[in-house]
Amino acid sequence: MSLIEVKNLTKIYREGDVETRAVDEINLKIEKGEFVAIIGPSGSGKSTLLQILGGLDRPTSGEYLFDDKDISRLPDNEVAHIRNRQMGFVFQAFNLLPRLTVIENVKLPLIYRGVDEPERTVIARKMIELVGLQDRENYKSVKLSGGQKQRVAIARALVNSPKVIFADEPTGSLDSKSGEVVLKYLEELNGEGNTIVMVTHESYVAKTAKRIIMLRDGKIESDEPVSERHSAFKDGLIK
Amino acid sequence: MFIRDIFTMSVKGVSIQKSRSALTILGIVIGIASVILIMSLGSSAQSLIVSQVESLGPANIFILPGREPTSVQDFAGSLLSDSLRERDVAELKKKENVPHMVRIVPFVFGPAVMSYESEVRSETVIGGTSELASTFNLTVGTGDFYTDDDVLQKNQVVVLGSKIATDLFGTQDIIGHRVHIKDRSFRVIGVMDSKGQGSFADFDQSVLMPYSTAQQYLLGIRYFHRIIIEIDSANYINDSIADIQDTLRTTHNIKDPSKDDFNVKTQADLVKTVGSITTVLTTLLSAVAAISLLVGGIGIMNIMLVSVTERTREIGLRKALGATNRDVLLQFLLEAVILTLAGGVIGIIIGAGGSLLASIAFKSLVSSSWNFSLPFSAILLGCGVSVIIGIIFGIYPARSAAKKSPMEALRYE
Repeated sequence: MSLIEVKNLTKIYREGDVETRAVDEINLKIEKGEFVAIIGPSGSGKSTLLQILGGLDRPTSGEYLFDDKDISRLPDNEVAHIRNRQMGFVFQAFNLLPRLTVIENVKLPLIYRGVDEPERTVIARKMIELVGLQDRENYKSVKLSGGQKQRVAIARALVNSPKVIFADEPTGSLDSKSGEVVLKYLEELNGEGNTIVMVTHESYVAKTAKRIIMLRDGKIESDEPVSERHSAFKDGLIK
Repeated sequence: MFIRDIFTMSVKGVSIQKSRSALTILGIVIGIASVILIMSLGSSAQSLIVSQVESLGPANIFILPGREPTSVQDFAGSLLSDSLRERDVAELKKKENVPHMVRIVPFVFGPAVMSYESEVRSETVIGGTSELASTFNLTVGTGDFYTDDDVLQKNQVVVLGSKIATDLFGTQDIIGHRVHIKDRSFRVIGVMDSKGQGSFADFDQSVLMPYSTAQQYLLGIRYFHRIIIEIDSANYINDSIADIQDTLRTTHNIKDPSKDDFNVKTQADLVKTVGSITTVLTTLLSAVAAISLLVGGIGIMNIMLVSVTERTREIGLRKALGATNRDVLLQFLLEAVILTLAGGVIGIIIGAGGSLLASIAFKSLVSSSWNFSLPFSAILLGCGVSVIIGIIFGIYPARSAAKKSPMEALRYE
């Protein structure tokens, strides 16, 4: 049983008379513990695919089995619960709530899960420590650098111990050094057994993953394992 | 997800835009403040009038001309009615007709312009029998009250309220001086002690004279505006009412009680009437003030819609992190309710403060027995109404927030 399995997945956007097949009859399986990068030129449908995989959007047709459950047909609230408990998200624009502190941002998924204080603080602290920001815990997130923000976002994605982390251009808004730090954390997390699905358009970022799926015009053009992985550790960018 | 957490989120949401939130709730503040002000003043006025009516004592029965008013038009008609005559008083006085009666005081009243030397004043004239003073618990300070003889002979004598006397004559002795009312000369025979605002009228600012004099020379009428009958014990009040009705129906030759041209009221009836009149007035005025609540509510809705649009990304993110539609709906609905409830509480404070200030002014201007009053029901109503406005005008923006797609979180600005 795969963690993620899509069958004939299609997403069509209609704007007036114009019909765009952003995702076109895709079949795909992702197993537990994989680190997959989805790449492709802009307009290839990689973001749309990630949104559907993340339960943020629904396919026009086809099946999407997440942990053996067809979530493309579940009601909104159940999908929300699955997003909350089994998925973690890291976005290009970080998407932290700027007026909340670091720890408040990290606690958000715990609140929606119904975890009570003080357990919330304990879990959130642990995650913040994991990304090395324990001394920034009470900073307003607006005061952080881009790299720090993305690390907070990773901590937030991890608080509910999700089955998979979806990362949409996680290094897209960062300078290369901060980007490497973020990649290091993703790599580490995968090393600990976490499943990661990442969208990127930079090939060295994609090479951090173990498997690269290349999309073009909504179809899978290639799906290959990475022979020589890029590693933030190995390449000496991170001490 | 706990309500407490949603509440915390909503409070944060509202407090982020402090000056905008403050401006948004202004309409609610003004609306609730005016409703509270009106209800508070209405309740003060009511308790003032009721206390005055009650000061007459429970053993008094009032006879008014005209039928029991059934509508506003009827009410006006009853004031103009001329059915209570001298003959009725004579019949009611007979022991066999109303056995429990101890005193009967018919009286008339009306406005009059009074002058003394160069001073011209508008006063209320009350014309009654010699027992008028004791019925209203009035006492004579200097001089004398007019006598039955004065009534019989329509003597042009007046007894002045204490305030008029002080205003016109200061401390000098005024007994025997003459004042002019309607080009006629009246001799001042007494001055009343100060009583404050009494029943029906402020006796300190009234001119008292024999009813016959007032009827003939000032009002040009031959009927009475009111007859007050005092009975020996409040226990016999219902018997006495029946006696009075029988007597008057016989005298007026009325066979069908629904065709009565008079109506008989007890002090309790009057209290009830006063209560219903002030309640109607207060309700009407509050309804007018409530229009500003409607306007305020629309303002809240407008700002909430703007806020929902501005925070599309935040909403999308919250949903991506697991917020259900209900969580988002509650958060924004609660923000609206927090805004309106805050407006309501501020409005209650301002309204109560305004009423307190007005009460201080009224105490010296209108009556010393005017008391500040803020019914608990008004506070409850103020809070309740503002919460309901928050729900009514917050539900649409909150629903539009809840309907937003979590995908918005992934879109770049």
